[in-house]
Amino acid sequence: MEAFIRGIGNISPQPTFDNSAFLEDVREYNTARLQSIEPDYKNYIKPIQLRRMSRLLKMGVTAAGMCLHDAEVEQPDAIITGTGLGMMEETEKFLNGILDNGEKLLNPTAFIQSTHNTVGAHIAVMLGCNKYNLTYVHGPVSLENALLDSLMCLSERPSDKVLLGGIEEMTEAHFIITDSMGFWKKGPISNLDLLKNKTPGTIAGEGASFFLLSREESPQNYGQIRGLSTRFNPENQTIAVNHIEDFLAAHKLNIADIDLVILGLNGDPASDAIYEPVTGYFEGKSTMTWYKHLCGEHYLASSFALWLGARILKNQKIPGIIRLNETPKPGKIRNIMIYNHYKNIYHSLILVSSC
Amino acid sequence: MAERVFVTGIGIICAIGKNTGETFASLRATRSGISHLSILDSIHRDTLPVGEIKLTNKELGALAGISDPDMFPRTALLGLIAAGEAVKNAGIDPKDNNFRTGVISASTVGGMDKTEINYRNYHLGAPYNNFVLTHDCGDSTEKIAVRLGFRDMVSTISTACSSSANSIMFGARLIRHGLLDRVLAGGTDAMSKFTLNGFHTLMILDKQPCRPFDKNRMGLNLGEGAAFLVLESEKALDGRIPLCELSGYANANDAYHQTASSPDGFGPYLSMSQALDSGRLKPADIQYINAHGTGTDNNDLTEGIAIERIFGQHIPLVSSTKPFTGHTLGAAAAVEAVISILSIKNQMVFPNLNFHEKMDELHFEPLKEMITGKNLRHVLSNSFGFGGNDSTLIFSAC
Repeated sequence: MEAFIRGIGNISPQPTFDNSAFLEDVREYNTARLQSIEPDYKNYIKPIQLRRMSRLLKMGVTAAGMCLHDAEVEQPDAIITGTGLGMMEETEKFLNGILDNGEKLLNPTAFIQSTHNTVGAHIAVMLGCNKYNLTYVHGPVSLENALLDSLMCLSERPSDKVLLGGIEEMTEAHFIITDSMGFWKKGPISNLDLLKNKTPGTIAGEGASFFLLSREESPQNYGQIRGLSTRFNPENQTIAVNHIEDFLAAHKLNIADIDLVILGLNGDPASDAIYEPVTGYFEGKSTMTWYKHLCGEHYLASSFALWLGARILKNQKIPGIIRLNETPKPGKIRNIMIYNHYKNIYHSLILVSSC
Repeated sequence: MAERVFVTGIGIICAIGKNTGETFASLRATRSGISHLSILDSIHRDTLPVGEIKLTNKELGALAGISDPDMFPRTALLGLIAAGEAVKNAGIDPKDNNFRTGVISASTVGGMDKTEINYRNYHLGAPYNNFVLTHDCGDSTEKIAVRLGFRDMVSTISTACSSSANSIMFGARLIRHGLLDRVLAGGTDAMSKFTLNGFHTLMILDKQPCRPFDKNRMGLNLGEGAAFLVLESEKALDGRIPLCELSGYANANDAYHQTASSPDGFGPYLSMSQALDSGRLKPADIQYINAHGTGTDNNDLTEGIAIERIFGQHIPLVSSTKPFTGHTLGAAAAVEAVISILSIKNQMVFPNLNFHEKMDELHFEPLKEMITGKNLRHVLSNSFGFGGNDSTLIFSAC
């Protein structure tokens, strides 16, 4: 199963929605919460609609619109989204209404916009798209599940164009709650020095990344998604390298074929330890990179990594800010492996290649 | 893609029974599960009838074999009970390494029942903040996968009231693509103040037991429950006799409004007609439609119009079984899949309770009395959700 990436749209804590730039100017944060840099929505959404839309809905719908525009596609044949926590702002608003007012005087708009499929459904309404529409909500593999479904759709109907999106928001209230649980780093911190900070925890992020996938060849294509593998590892076994070797074998590749690896390091020593055997495995063989200092940690972070992979393949350029090592063998970047794990329970691998 | 997908096990817990046997007995006796709230503490306790399961979390924990039920959202407890029954009913061992297995579940509010109780105490630390991590929809799926031993794929879908139709459809497609051999697919949703008040603010909850397809219908009754199917490839069956075949499915979007269906029911029309196409079936092949039939003004009208457009003068038997169970949201499609399968297996169609007067806009009436002795070969089950997410499943006798 494979698909070309025809278009992209990415709203994140970095200036990523401008496709003419590529991480030349990176934003530094001195807090453990990275918030999306949002475009001027008036350029994308009618003001009358804008007023009623929650922040994540605006982010999602706009990133989807940017992606379709980039792909020069008006009407997708499927809209498949992934979100871990869903529409947090609206959920909190409705929940607080119930708790504050004893189940009285509630605003239905917050309830309507609290359902996890709100973004995917809204895109369908805006486009008048009656086609396949689905939302995956399985925490850290929501993007991977949505991508698998996208690849299955393209295998069933090869002429389709699939709009795939990963959306996630962090609200202030949820940040405070999860901060009190030790999720995030304390004290003075810079996202750009995240790996130097050996205290427990990571930094919180969010974002909306969309991809237009098709099987049609085009000089416009960014790259080709050639494979995906997720593993569920509730027993906390050491599986990372074994998973990668099985994945390479399944795609008839050798380690030497992987030019670049995008790793989900997030600055939390316990989490980063899982990547140690992986960096050892690729040391001296592949360029290694990371990205969570740019977008923060969240359930849909691997959608930022997929955007990064697509941009690297198309631009044939590796922004210095993501490098973990020097490139051991200069040359064209053909194959990129994206590797992410969540608490060693969920592991995911995505293979993206040049066209 | 020619691979056939069979249902080999079913499990359910809902307002009319804590397992398949009890649920079937209630359906057969036309015994509704609609009542007033006695478990959930809400100001709507005496005014809004619901399909509540009359078991405390402690009692559910005992059924699920959980020693610390207070640490589980009700959604997870319900899911564990129904999933456990389905696996037992199929007689499979999910840990059998000869087969690739997965769980695809669905939910709309996940662990909301615990969130709304503990939210204001999260700052106090344990045990309150344990429920921060059980809130999201994937939590109950993960618990089911770990407990029952499903390993190769764990996923959760949320498309409002059609969620579990899509989890069953995705499970079937994973089998057809040769990615999995055995899939536990369904959904779970517990009663919560969040959903009860949400539908109440939209003014679509009936203060009487709901009356789907009735001229004087006034809305839906919220329910709770969980249901799962074990889906298997032909190869995985290995000679065992399945309950039925999942012969058709489709997902379409109405693309009209976040909470209202298009006046001509275009989304429902698409999902039903595409499901027929996917199963290479004609409208005349369908003997019974288990309708989405929520009892809201908008749903029953637009679903009815779409049914008439497809079936013309030859409308199959139609009933909504939501007057038995209430609307179980993310679990509804799976609950009604189990009921549809019970219909096929027992050659029995369960009535649309509380129907009195035909709608002026429609030419057909739903089924008023239980019918037996029909040769039921193909049953179509609809599920439509907020956001225009419309899905249809077709189950066929083997």
